[in-house]
Amino acid sequence: MEGEKNPLTGKIDRRNMLRGLAGIPFLGAFAIAWWRKRRKDHFLKNVFLGELDLDASAPHFPPSPPKNRTVRLGIIGIGIRGTQLMQAAGFADPELIQHWKDFAATHPEDKRYEDYLAQEDLNVELNGICDVYDVRAERALRTSGNLKREGLDANIIPHAKRYRTYRELLDATDIDAVIIATPDCWHASMAIDAARAGKHVYVEKGMTRLLEEVPDMVATIKESGICFQLGHQGRQTESYMKAREAVEKDILGKINLIEVCTNRNSPDGAWLYNIDEGAGPGNIDWAQFNGPFSDHPFSLERFFRWRCWWDYGTGLSGDLFTHEYDAMNQILSLGIPHSVVSSGGIYYFKDGREVPDVWQVSCEYPERDLTLLYSATLASSRDRGKVIMGHDANMEIGNNLTVWADRDSTRYAEMIEQGIVDPGRPLYTYVPGKKNVDAVTSATEAYFAGRGLLYTYREGRRVDTTHLHIKEWIDCIRSGQQPSCNIDRGFEEAITAHMATISYRENRKVFWDPNGRKVI
Amino acid sequence: MQYSKWQLRILVFLRVLIGWHFLYEGMVKVVDPDWSSIGYLLDSKWIFAGFFESLAANPGVLAVVDFLNVWGLILIGLGLILGCFTRIATLGGILLLAFYYLSHPPFLNLEYVLPGEGSYLIVNKTLIELVALWLLFLFPTGIQAGLDRFIFRRKNSQDSTG
Repeated sequence: MEGEKNPLTGKIDRRNMLRGLAGIPFLGAFAIAWWRKRRKDHFLKNVFLGELDLDASAPHFPPSPPKNRTVRLGIIGIGIRGTQLMQAAGFADPELIQHWKDFAATHPEDKRYEDYLAQEDLNVELNGICDVYDVRAERALRTSGNLKREGLDANIIPHAKRYRTYRELLDATDIDAVIIATPDCWHASMAIDAARAGKHVYVEKGMTRLLEEVPDMVATIKESGICFQLGHQGRQTESYMKAREAVEKDILGKINLIEVCTNRNSPDGAWLYNIDEGAGPGNIDWAQFNGPFSDHPFSLERFFRWRCWWDYGTGLSGDLFTHEYDAMNQILSLGIPHSVVSSGGIYYFKDGREVPDVWQVSCEYPERDLTLLYSATLASSRDRGKVIMGHDANMEIGNNLTVWADRDSTRYAEMIEQGIVDPGRPLYTYVPGKKNVDAVTSATEAYFAGRGLLYTYREGRRVDTTHLHIKEWIDCIRSGQQPSCNIDRGFEEAITAHMATISYRENRKVFWDPNGRKVI
Repeated sequence: MQYSKWQLRILVFLRVLIGWHFLYEGMVKVVDPDWSSIGYLLDSKWIFAGFFESLAANPGVLAVVDFLNVWGLILIGLGLILGCFTRIATLGGILLLAFYYLSHPPFLNLEYVLPGEGSYLIVNKTLIELVALWLLFLFPTGIQAGLDRFIFRRKNSQDSTG
């Protein structure tokens, strides 16, 4: 090279130097561009977060009380949901564990087994089980002894005792608390008897099958002083807690319409659950299943798919509307609506069922100047989300929370004009487990988050909300506090759902009389 | 290699542009405490999808992948802009881009959660950037215009005199 040939000439050396440093001006330009971009982002973020007064920190959870006292459980009703509840309490069917283990062996990305092993030990014992179907009862007995969360290769000795009737289970002295996951028609009498027997109660939704059962159940639970939790595990969802915070900080402006939905499109989703081969009058106590609620002759369909008949449940109302309503009650403290109208029909599953498969409920809250609209179909899986609409912004709630400014908002008008807020992009996104939120969340990230490709974590770990809901109940049993879905929330849930069911079945608008505390 | 003035200029300019892109992609990620490649890896398709998903499945492996990706981008970017260890930076860049391309190839019948920002069939910008780096590997410029001029001076002088 030229420079090497004549090292004594400064001119050539300089040229040599300039060539070597050719990239430096570009790096300088990059540094300036980078600094300006960062400054702009910081400015936007500060203006914006200052205005919203919201952060991305996870909601605060009070520490659990010490687990020194073992809580002794009994479970009544061990179908699909009962099995899940046992699992959430720490007792999983060895067959299920084996399936997870085998699957994880060939699919290392599948974390169900690992996550389940990491699920917190609640220091509970499962001492009593009760089911009218022998096959389920026997499986639950085996599950009750699966203390180490093992698969089929382990030698598991049943721990619980099987009781033939729920009353016998309630008489047991080695049971402090019961989980009730029977058909809805049994909820009220079982919860009342349990409370009278001094047992704490976790009962699945819908809280009761009939409106008439509500006052007695509420009064008995309150008088007994037991710890009561209704099975709306959505109460544990971080994004709902963040949504409440956003509403309290008035991010949305005047809220006027709430839209919540159920969309399913499968036989399972329409309660056409599998009918076990080998099930029959020989291993199902049909008389006890029906109790005083039905005198229908033996029917496998009614036993396995009871949600389709009014004798046992209330269809969409108790099963799914209650979840959606409770989520909104958690976020907005709605309480019981002033009036409810509902309509729908059996439009797709014309299989002899009595409950509608397409159903709409409109709840009016004139004191809050808003309507809660619930819309459900069991024959289309279009995802419609939960949306709260306000004058300034609207909010969509799933596992994540996304707030969009309204283009005609009053509050954000100036920020929209200045380009600080873009109505076409989320104003605020909360993704559980993320450390930061900002106004400049990349489109990619928001997209992945929205599709649930980023997992929901609590304290860095993916968790099952049902486990958290059971845990809260157990914690409250130990501490004497009230859980989040206590009997007052249950009262509101039950009355609202029954107003909707009555409106459909009697084809009329139904009102709540807050003074007389009755439905008219 | 001997280039004309404009040949050298355009090659260096291309090198700097690609370096700039790498550096910015890396810097954006390094200042975002929540950035992770998990979503991208989980969305991968085609025959290597299992491999990329397995990277995302293990938090320890994922942390290493994220670290290597971010700092790889930054160092490659700096290398290309400054002409510093240019050949290693170029090869590193080709490797990274090959990973990106193979995890998300724009082939017929492959659908991604993340929509592309343009329209691509088999050829996308990643592939073009990869081939551009390949070209820069075959037509190196670090010694003519870059810090490599000082780093490889002795070797270079021996080469040119020998």
